[in-house]
Amino acid sequence: MTKVSMTVNGKSVSGEVEGRTLLSSFLRDGLGLTGTHIGCDTSQCGACVVHVDGRAVKSCTVFALDVAGAQVKTIEGMANPDGSLSVLQQAFQDNHGLQCGFCTPGMVMSAAALLADNPSPTEAEVRHGLEGNICRCTGYHNIVKAVLQASGQDVSKIAAE
Amino acid sequence: MPKDGGIGASVKRREDVRFLTGKGRYTDDINIRGQLYAFFLRSDVAHGRLKSVDTAAASDMPGVVRIFTAADFAGVGGIPCGWQVTDRFGKVMQEPKHPVLADGKVRHVGDPIAMVVAETLDQARDAAEAIRVEIEELPPVLNMKDALKPDAPKVHDELTSNLCYDWGFVEENREAVAKAFEGAAHHITLDLVNNRLVANPMEPRVAVGDYEDHSGMHTLYTTSQNPHVIRLLMGAFVLGIPESKLRVVAPDVGGGFGSKIYHYAEEAAVTFAAKQVKRPVKWTASRSEAFISDAQGRDHLTRIELALDKDHNFLALRTETHANMGAYLSTFAPSIPTWLHGTLMAGNYKTPLVYVNVKAVFTNTVPVDAYRGAGRPEATYQLERIIDKAARELGVDPVELRRKNFIQPDQFPYQTPVAVVYDTGNYQATMDKLLELSDHAGFAARAEESKKRGRLRGFGIAHYIEACGIAPSNLVGQLGARAGLYESATVRVNATGSITIFTGSHSHGQGHETTFAQVVAEMIGIDASQVEIVHGDTSNSPMGMGTYGSRSLAVGGSAMVKATNKIINKAKKIASHLLEASEQDIEFKDGKFTVAGTDRSKTWVDITLAAYVPHNYPLESLEPGLEETAFYDPSNFTYPAGAYGCELEIDPDTGKVTILAFTAADDFGNVVNPMIVEGQVHGGLAQGIGQAMLENCVFDENGQLLSGSFMDYAMPRADDLPFFKVDHSCITPCTHNPLGVKGCGEAGAIGSPPAVVNAVIDALQRGGYSHIDHIDMPVSPARVWAAMHQR
Amino acid sequence: MHNFDFVKPATLADALAALKSDGAQALSGGQTLIASMKQRLAAPATLVSLTGIPELKGVCIGEGGLHVGAATPHAEVAREAAKHYPALAALAGGIGDPQVRNRGTIGGSIANNDPSACYPAGVLASGATIVTNRRRIAADDYFQGLFTTALHEGEIVTSVVFPIPQKAAYVKFDQPASRFALTGVFVAKTADGVRVAVTGAGGDGVFRWTEAEAALSANFAASAIAGLTVSPDGMIHDLHGTPAYRAHLVKVLTGHAVQAAA
Repeated sequence: MTKVSMTVNGKSVSGEVEGRTLLSSFLRDGLGLTGTHIGCDTSQCGACVVHVDGRAVKSCTVFALDVAGAQVKTIEGMANPDGSLSVLQQAFQDNHGLQCGFCTPGMVMSAAALLADNPSPTEAEVRHGLEGNICRCTGYHNIVKAVLQASGQDVSKIAAE
Repeated sequence: MPKDGGIGASVKRREDVRFLTGKGRYTDDINIRGQLYAFFLRSDVAHGRLKSVDTAAASDMPGVVRIFTAADFAGVGGIPCGWQVTDRFGKVMQEPKHPVLADGKVRHVGDPIAMVVAETLDQARDAAEAIRVEIEELPPVLNMKDALKPDAPKVHDELTSNLCYDWGFVEENREAVAKAFEGAAHHITLDLVNNRLVANPMEPRVAVGDYEDHSGMHTLYTTSQNPHVIRLLMGAFVLGIPESKLRVVAPDVGGGFGSKIYHYAEEAAVTFAAKQVKRPVKWTASRSEAFISDAQGRDHLTRIELALDKDHNFLALRTETHANMGAYLSTFAPSIPTWLHGTLMAGNYKTPLVYVNVKAVFTNTVPVDAYRGAGRPEATYQLERIIDKAARELGVDPVELRRKNFIQPDQFPYQTPVAVVYDTGNYQATMDKLLELSDHAGFAARAEESKKRGRLRGFGIAHYIEACGIAPSNLVGQLGARAGLYESATVRVNATGSITIFTGSHSHGQGHETTFAQVVAEMIGIDASQVEIVHGDTSNSPMGMGTYGSRSLAVGGSAMVKATNKIINKAKKIASHLLEASEQDIEFKDGKFTVAGTDRSKTWVDITLAAYVPHNYPLESLEPGLEETAFYDPSNFTYPAGAYGCELEIDPDTGKVTILAFTAADDFGNVVNPMIVEGQVHGGLAQGIGQAMLENCVFDENGQLLSGSFMDYAMPRADDLPFFKVDHSCITPCTHNPLGVKGCGEAGAIGSPPAVVNAVIDALQRGGYSHIDHIDMPVSPARVWAAMHQR
Repeated sequence: MHNFDFVKPATLADALAALKSDGAQALSGGQTLIASMKQRLAAPATLVSLTGIPELKGVCIGEGGLHVGAATPHAEVAREAAKHYPALAALAGGIGDPQVRNRGTIGGSIANNDPSACYPAGVLASGATIVTNRRRIAADDYFQGLFTTALHEGEIVTSVVFPIPQKAAYVKFDQPASRFALTGVFVAKTADGVRVAVTGAGGDGVFRWTEAEAALSANFAASAIAGLTVSPDGMIHDLHGTPAYRAHLVKVLTGHAVQAAA
């Protein structure tokens, strides 16, 4: 076992890990941050997406020791400081951008990174930017709407309203 | 206009806050002090005789607590099947044994052979690699038609063949249907494959077994759509634990789509093991494991024939289907290609004669059971494809051919020739709505524009009907169900007026916590925030059958309405006492009890408080308290229906199909929360379009799953789909449940596959590829291209 | 997965020293290696992370063209190469998905040489030079078949040097599940002629379509390859496409790439 330290959601944390301990396991089992989910074992589904030094990564495909010292942000760190939903989280609720909720943490983390890179994306850019996250419930319709709304765009004219 | 928060309002979901902040509590988030981890060693061959399983070396590995093999389960039952089908000769189906762990033979890749229980998952897995398994490989049975040949190897040695049943429906019509074809002016035939699918909810299955030595109480935490059903099946049939000693909890569940209905071996194994090792035992499936252990869906081979008279009236319909059961009978597997499929073969049409033949076949593949739609997508796909083919062969408009043969709005209730009675519907209206919303009239101009860009544009239509809200228990009992299909609710009114509802329905994405509260809040006239919905724990909710088959609001919601009406009746009695008026004179509206024609009234809280502090209370005639339970058993199925339209383009250079627009016009009866209903349709459409264009579960000639991960099993992503146009304004309320609701969960997955394939054929034929009258799903670029180049 | 010792050196020299131990393997972005380790298909005794070595990172113009450090993630190449070599930047920006692009690296990709990976097509068509800790290897000598390269034991890629062509484009037809290339074609036109490299199709991995190169060198227009045919012999056959389909795609995508480059 080796000691690993990093900053998670603004707090310094450390724990004992093996070489093979994935960042996702360290977060879930080591720190009890179970909002990061594991939906596959081939780095496809994106339920485990977190931010490492500001960039979205699949935490199931990164070793904890490889991000020692990094700034990590998870879904648990996404709400406003007063605990209310952030603009992006609120847009997901407003637009029914989630159903079972399992892909949701990864989807929110990917969407946040997308908007950080591209504050006013087109529909196509949102769809392309969410390529690394699979949702089995929503058909993506309301997720795409949520991300567009969070970027400040008017989504009221989108079909099905 | 609906009231804020009441029936008909798009209330935002209360569930979302916990899911959006990482506070959902899924089964894998549950860790019990002292828990051990289970890993299943699974067969890597499709068919073989299990000669020996030597666990000696593995048992000595670090961290290993115990290794279980079939011998350990000798004293318990097998995994039961919940439905018995009787074949067309009056014989019951062949029902093989399904041991918890493979016993004597392995029958599919993924069949569990041993369970290692260790201190950590890695230790369990390391030890599993050290188990020495000797398997004498046998030739696998994979192709359904080959499986029925007399010399085929048998999946189950104790059965007479690989045929589970040969079902005819309606058997008495067999000859009449044959005769109708003989005299028919037109006879259309189509052979098609309904591709095998993997449900793939994003949360893989998890089971945690716990045992309390001091009380003898077993608890299973599991990713289930129906915890009571698991308690019944596992307790009564597998482990012999009375329900009173077994608690099953299904907390937040990350999607199901059918695959989490069934009782799985892993659930029984961890529950059993927890008592043996006296510590909690947790198993979490990896996605790779899910691909070879979750029950899969569809997998039908069908020949369908349609007879029409010279005026294009449908005369008779005949189908012959081979339905893959896989290696064992999963919980509801036998019912899917029969009662959930054959009874829908009339579709929306007044075809007078229908005969459906289904041969269910055992193969050395993963078991197959219900997947979103379950039998109804298979029926709809056949029917809507052959009607389209008929329209093309006869040179008539596919819309008009459908309209001509629709059951007309004045014909309801309508007795179909396949047993069921449709209570209500208006298919002309949904068709009209679809054509309007999809701007069908403007299609020709759009197709012309595509042609200028070198693209082939097509428009495909499908009209579906489904039987939902399953189902009347006495009816399904006659049809072979070994369970009832009612639903339950307990409405507990608390002293200060808030309400806790315990429902047997289970929400795993459907938003019951929001919609169920909307219904009760409106009935009582209080704010929805005062109503809490509790589900998923057998220790607090009454016996319920769970959530599948688009049944929760129609059946579970009805139980809740029934229990709430009991509450209101009792509350009126209390009010009449307090107001010193006769019960008949008490009016209840907006949370207030008023003596008719006066201004004398009591509030909701006055009454609830009186019920629990019964100082001034008619104790001689009325019990204190305000809590009621109801069970609702429907008198019929519900029959949602709708018209779907797909508009797409094909790139003739690559065969790639791009969906440009997809429109759904549904009749779901009354709608409680439009936002949630639309979301359900979106999700169903994505799965149906996924089946039509992307998804395919494929085994190689050795029975190895080629599409065994998300690297090869293509799930729809955001950039595979457009925004959808969905509408549910055509409403013919269900006539036999109190809310007039029909169910919306599966529609999208049922109506969309034929719409997509019809559109692909339309595009190709308009583009000059008139020789192409069918392409099997998924209509991948490679398949479309191959069809275009096979002249 | 099996356990291993994890080391994360800060210099190339330390990394090379660590790689000398028995069963040591280099770990770059890990986007392929970690998945194989989960399946227990790879079980190194020591993993040497290359992600903390500044000298292996970055994109800059230098002698011979564009230098891309082996441990540079795809997303960084997509951003930083855009003004120098847009076709290469576009290739990098289309690999996998955004999260994979934030971790996966060019060195990891070409050391693995997956037959459906994008980078090998870009490297081969560009006539790039693979720089290792020991030598410089021409792309034509580097890719040696399925998951096979010219790298020796203990040799690691440190950078790739891309001569910048006059015109170039990469066109990828996605495998719908993995988002690797079902077939991808990179076309690069230089003063010395045109190079066409194909990934996702060949049973032996990335290859050059020399007939098309000759035709396009004479006339850089999609019409120049109209009369050519691609043999399906030796092409990949899987769930997503037959050899015939892939052979067809090679020609179609080459035409599209020429149009995109022109």
